[in-house]
Amino acid sequence: MQTSEPLRQFLQAARSAGIRVSAAEGIDAARAVQVVGFSDRTALKDTLGLVLAKTPDEKHLFNECFDLYFKRDALTQEDPDITPDHQAPPAQGGASGEGTGSGGGSSLSQMLADDDRVGLATAMEEAARESGIQNIRFFTQKNLYARRILDRMGLRQVERDIDALRKDGASAAADRLENRIEALRDQARDLVERNLLLFARGETEKFREELLKSARLSNLERRDLDRMRVLVRAMAKRLAARYAKTRRRRLRGQLDVRRTLRRNMAWGGVPFITVWKQKRIEKPRVMVLCDVSGSVAAMAQFLLMFLYALNEALKDIRSFAFASSLIEVSDILEAEPIEAAIAKIMHLIGFGSSNYGNSLADFEDGWMQHVSNKTTIIILGDARGNRTNPRTEVLQRMSQRAKRVIWLNPEYRSAWGTGDSDMFRYAPYCNVVTVCNTLRHLERVVSDLLKDAA
Amino acid sequence: MNDALPPGATPALSSIDAVEQGLQSAGYIPSRQIATAVYLAQHLQKPILVEGPAGVGKTELAKSVATWLNLPLIRMQCYEGLDEAKALYEWKYGKQLLYTQILKDKIGDVLGGAETLPKALLKLQSFGDIFFSEQFLEPRPLLRALQQPGGAVLLIDEIDKSDQEFEAFLLEILSDYQVTIPEIGTVEALIAPIVLLTSNSTRDLGDALKRRCLHLHIGFPDAKLEGRIIESRVPGIETSLRRELVAFVQQLRTLDLKKVPSVSETIDWARVLVLLHAAALDTDMVHDTLNVLLKFEADIEVANKQLATLTQKARQEAGLPV
Repeated sequence: MQTSEPLRQFLQAARSAGIRVSAAEGIDAARAVQVVGFSDRTALKDTLGLVLAKTPDEKHLFNECFDLYFKRDALTQEDPDITPDHQAPPAQGGASGEGTGSGGGSSLSQMLADDDRVGLATAMEEAARESGIQNIRFFTQKNLYARRILDRMGLRQVERDIDALRKDGASAAADRLENRIEALRDQARDLVERNLLLFARGETEKFREELLKSARLSNLERRDLDRMRVLVRAMAKRLAARYAKTRRRRLRGQLDVRRTLRRNMAWGGVPFITVWKQKRIEKPRVMVLCDVSGSVAAMAQFLLMFLYALNEALKDIRSFAFASSLIEVSDILEAEPIEAAIAKIMHLIGFGSSNYGNSLADFEDGWMQHVSNKTTIIILGDARGNRTNPRTEVLQRMSQRAKRVIWLNPEYRSAWGTGDSDMFRYAPYCNVVTVCNTLRHLERVVSDLLKDAA
Repeated sequence: MNDALPPGATPALSSIDAVEQGLQSAGYIPSRQIATAVYLAQHLQKPILVEGPAGVGKTELAKSVATWLNLPLIRMQCYEGLDEAKALYEWKYGKQLLYTQILKDKIGDVLGGAETLPKALLKLQSFGDIFFSEQFLEPRPLLRALQQPGGAVLLIDEIDKSDQEFEAFLLEILSDYQVTIPEIGTVEALIAPIVLLTSNSTRDLGDALKRRCLHLHIGFPDAKLEGRIIESRVPGIETSLRRELVAFVQQLRTLDLKKVPSVSETIDWARVLVLLHAAALDTDMVHDTLNVLLKFEADIEVANKQLATLTQKARQEAGLPV
């Protein structure tokens, strides 16, 4: 099926806006457009929305992208006669051509002199297409593309015309032309900006997200926090969807006699349908102990956010925050949205100097009886207790009671055991001790947690 | 765009407007987008995946399409553990068993003439797979939808509740309108049914499934559309009260609630108000009937606190004297 040029370009714009459009969906879109036609904008928008955007997020992106894309065409469509080769395939990544582009140099002067806005807009669109504007990726390319477009429209020729006019003494006409060229420059920059939004936003975002995933969480800037939250939620959702499903595993070859008989009652107990024994897989119960003293606070925030976003994949989650002493914070986290909850916790206990021994003892006194052989204890901290007594024997008792103890340390391995770090004293009582300071680390840890439970 | 209908298409589906009017005649007031989706589903022969919050009329849409086109509605409710045997077909084990018992005596007669075992076997084989023929096949919803002589509307409800494996199993029927039964072969649809799948997004559906469907998201309607829906569903209601209650519900949706009231709750509430002979909303009346709209104690508490302002605002927006 022949996909028309405007649709093909729109699909490209949609993809770079972050909508996942497969080849098959592109074909569907072409078929749908054939049925509905281009004439009715609302019907077209509804149609393409139905075929292309498949999640609420994508619907939102789609609406933005559609409006932006078709706003672009609004000017040229006012006068269809002037756009004879409106649908000509654009030259890919065109070289910055010298001089006489589509309109021809002298005709650009003419158009400028006549102030032919429709003609200018058309010529500009065309020049933009020829200079391969849809390949724009970064905002640093803005000036380059604006320059290319103007060159293609024949700016050099106009400049020569202006010089000629000045020589002839018609400086008023020359000034007028110069003013119009300024306006044209602005328009070109505007056009490039719109196209940058249209074609490159998805790319830049993707690039940024990849970067954020492997950035150290303690180094994050404030303005990236919102984006991180979105990322964390998306990651958690993916993990939850993957592990929330298979809660039962079939044991091969072990007949469940009782249920087989029950199932086959209808035909006198003759076993037509066999039922096999199944092993139920428990959702993990988690207790998280987070150090919220200065150095580890940023990491704690993301770990908690991650775990609470995972709610459906976990059976039971209780969280504790500690610095010099330890308190339970599950209630705060459940009652309030995560951002507000974390601020509140920090206010309550955060930013003191940490005392690991004391905090572990607090945990043992208050909550040890809730630790069962199904509980996973996650401790997040740098194990720097400011030379206080580490009380490793408490951790040993916790380890004996719990299913396992996982220690996440935001410091690099080379720093463990240096200065006041007690990491190596605690390590023997943990099932896993691992470095965890980027979103990627976090994802791996949580994924392992869910997998081991399965 | 009105000509070139695919073979088998109902002339009632000739344009988006026709669809809109048709659905209205069945008592369903569609938004433009919904009408477009139904129109495209027929012309592209694709299933529609309908997502949206509970109670916005996802299931109702399928019912209305069936009523309007006068096609049988075949509904399959999905749940965890739903498998082929319940969705597609099952052998009638009981009947097979019974028949073998009854036919036991006949076997002697049939095979009586054969002297040797190979000959008897040959004779038996000439009867073919008697026990695995269509007579012993119990069609379940999916197979029944394909076998309807005049076409059908197939509603696969709450697909997100089913297992991922089942979703994969649906792919064949959704893209080619056919199913493969190992003992019999491939069964193709006589007339491709109109398929609607609904989902409450309790889990993410697979990309493969989404790719094969038109994706329709039904959100809460705006005040105008909701007013028309109430008008069509609760015909006895007065215009002023209708406007007022719609404005009230629309405001309620902007509050921070656990579960915001849906269209179905608005309809229920309108019915209740008509039953109580209410002429206008007053705070006491709303207070007493709020449990129709809100299903959580905490939500009712939140709303109760602002009841006076909410009713007043609703009156203002409905253009009534305060």
